[in-house]
Amino acid sequence: MTVAELNLTTGYFWLDTVIKVAIALGFMMTLALPVIYAELKVMAHMQNRVGPYYAGGRFGWAQPIADGLKFLQKEDLVPRDADAAVYKAAPAVVVMATFAVFIVIPLGPQVVVRDMDIGIFYLLAISSIGVLGVLMAGWSSANKYSLIGGLRAAGQLIAYELPLILAALAVVIQAGTMSLVGIVEAQGEPLFTIGSVPISLPYLLTGQIVSFVIFVIAMVAELSRIPFDMPFAESELTMGYVTEYSGIRFAMFFLGEYASLIALSLVVATLFLGGYWIPVIPDDWLNLIGPMVVMGKASLVIFFVLWIRSTFPRLREDQLQTMAWHWLIPLALVNLLVISFVKVVV
Amino acid sequence: MTDMDIAMKHRSEVAVSVELQTADMTLNIGPQHPSTHGVLRLIAKVDGERITSIEPVIGYMHRGYEKLSEVRTYAQITTLVNRIDWVAGFASEVPYIVAVEKLMGVEPPERAQWIRLILSELARIASHLVFMSSYPLELGAITPLFHALRDRERVLELIEGVTGGRFHPNFNRVGGVKPNAGGGKQTRNVSMDIPAGWFAETRETMEKVLSVCDDIDTLVVGNELFRARTVGVGIIPAAKAKEYGLSGPNLRASGVPFDLRKEEPHLPYPEVEFDVISTNTGDSNDRYRVRLAEIRESAKIVLQAVDKIPSGPLVAKVPRVIKVPKGQAYVRGENPKGEFGYYIISEGGQKPYRMKIRSTSFSNLSILPWILKDQLVPDLVAILGSLDFVLGDVDR
Repeated sequence: MTVAELNLTTGYFWLDTVIKVAIALGFMMTLALPVIYAELKVMAHMQNRVGPYYAGGRFGWAQPIADGLKFLQKEDLVPRDADAAVYKAAPAVVVMATFAVFIVIPLGPQVVVRDMDIGIFYLLAISSIGVLGVLMAGWSSANKYSLIGGLRAAGQLIAYELPLILAALAVVIQAGTMSLVGIVEAQGEPLFTIGSVPISLPYLLTGQIVSFVIFVIAMVAELSRIPFDMPFAESELTMGYVTEYSGIRFAMFFLGEYASLIALSLVVATLFLGGYWIPVIPDDWLNLIGPMVVMGKASLVIFFVLWIRSTFPRLREDQLQTMAWHWLIPLALVNLLVISFVKVVV
Repeated sequence: MTDMDIAMKHRSEVAVSVELQTADMTLNIGPQHPSTHGVLRLIAKVDGERITSIEPVIGYMHRGYEKLSEVRTYAQITTLVNRIDWVAGFASEVPYIVAVEKLMGVEPPERAQWIRLILSELARIASHLVFMSSYPLELGAITPLFHALRDRERVLELIEGVTGGRFHPNFNRVGGVKPNAGGGKQTRNVSMDIPAGWFAETRETMEKVLSVCDDIDTLVVGNELFRARTVGVGIIPAAKAKEYGLSGPNLRASGVPFDLRKEEPHLPYPEVEFDVISTNTGDSNDRYRVRLAEIRESAKIVLQAVDKIPSGPLVAKVPRVIKVPKGQAYVRGENPKGEFGYYIISEGGQKPYRMKIRSTSFSNLSILPWILKDQLVPDLVAILGSLDFVLGDVDR
């Protein structure tokens, strides 16, 4: 019996779905911890520091867990003037939007909660709902810093949604499918052979370099990380739209931020770096090896984002908008044109 | 079109524009806020992201040093004055002690003057390195902080090695500096002042400081985004800078090469070679680059001074109980942040009748309402940070 013939389902659709969603949720929660740890450690070593050292006995590995527990213990404050219902719901909306992205990301040919035909469309649409949560948080906090931060975030996320979508669209055109599994499979198809060895290349190396650059820039902006962290901007707005949050609700924003970093890095890995596909390994084994492969590729992207964070200062709001509307969107459109042209002609 | 029509058209336009006008939001920045360096409060009226007017409120950190000085003896006041600008504690001691010496007619020995010079320059390096680290941090760049503060710590260790204090040296005495080994008659004659090996360590540290300057040059000044955030932001023309009484690097960045170390030296600055750094534009980027270049110049001065320092006594002959004759004196010196002056009025006796402190940051901040008007909120932080102020220095 080969791996591909393994029956990974129970036969009951709803039971399958619940199990898969639960696994994806656990996956998101647990994966955020090593990423937080990586951020602490990687940035520390880039900055002449040691980073967490004592928590957990060695290397400070338990630091993210300790931080999480600390958040759980803290009082969940709601400002007196805040719109309590909206204020309390906002972090949930942000986390939900992020979580919903994980549903369609394939970690292997079958290791995916639901492989939709409109996977990438669903993904980009559902992740935009996060903006709503951010606006809710900014508006309901009854704090001017929160309000400015929330509006900045909304402006920024809308501006960078467009280049993100246009860059993804270029990939969709080349692959001829919106299904994320389909996109990975399209990248796995051999382009040519050297001797008798079939060679296939990820989209990054077959004409999608511009889309890749646009997508990664827009992704960093979507994540509101330095140099695009205007919505937070500690030195101006104290903490932007999360200024008033504390305890578990702050932790939810925090978790949502890291979860969406992981989610979008996985998307980059899927769209441009070949996803779970890897040469040499036979296709039968991809269900087992695939998750590790795609996470390895995603972790490269995550490292890149952390690297950027410790290198650059933040942009100004107007510079940020100029960059999106004057540079990225026209570039993405031209790129789309070129890709379509090549697709039609070749 | 008749007059009536024009009037009607005008009225309708007015009506429309009135209708669309939205109320400005009052944004209260501080006193507790990450970018106000302590307890500065800015009441900003903002229209979206644009500031329409701003009113700085100071005094949250008023410690009454001028009043306290009236009930302290001259020797005790040195403890107060180095707490005014705590980032460069030693530098704010020097003009005070020189003013007292001037009133008493005491000339400190050569070696004491050179030690004052070296420590003042070390204080300048420490202060500017804090700026090198805090300013990029305000713009969102985290990494330069750790590089600059690492080497600032080395400089503080040097200061500690001589004076015993990292921040508050309290090292100046009327007529010289504190003799810290043995004491008594012996120290007056023989230099038992600087710890063994300190000069060699200073040379080494200055090399490290110069190399961190190169790091900052490539990491921060050469950074495209840093340039985008600072070039052309918060331009202060030379005339405006003079009008508001700016001094120090803020003034020199606007193209006025005015440096009290050259103009009115009360330490042996004429005997060392250094350049007065000035740039032309007067924007935030220039203010950053001027300070970076000044660190290099200061390191140069320290390296020269370490070679030139003569041996000799540390304190001139002064009475045990310091009594200052009747008179007044104003002495100003080039603090890392700019002109720092003390105006002492003595009615005779052990305590000053009145001491006015001309602190640098207070004057440097007076330009805020002018410079921050019509700026964007993100630029507020970029401009505010570039003025390099310390709240203790503003409120005294």
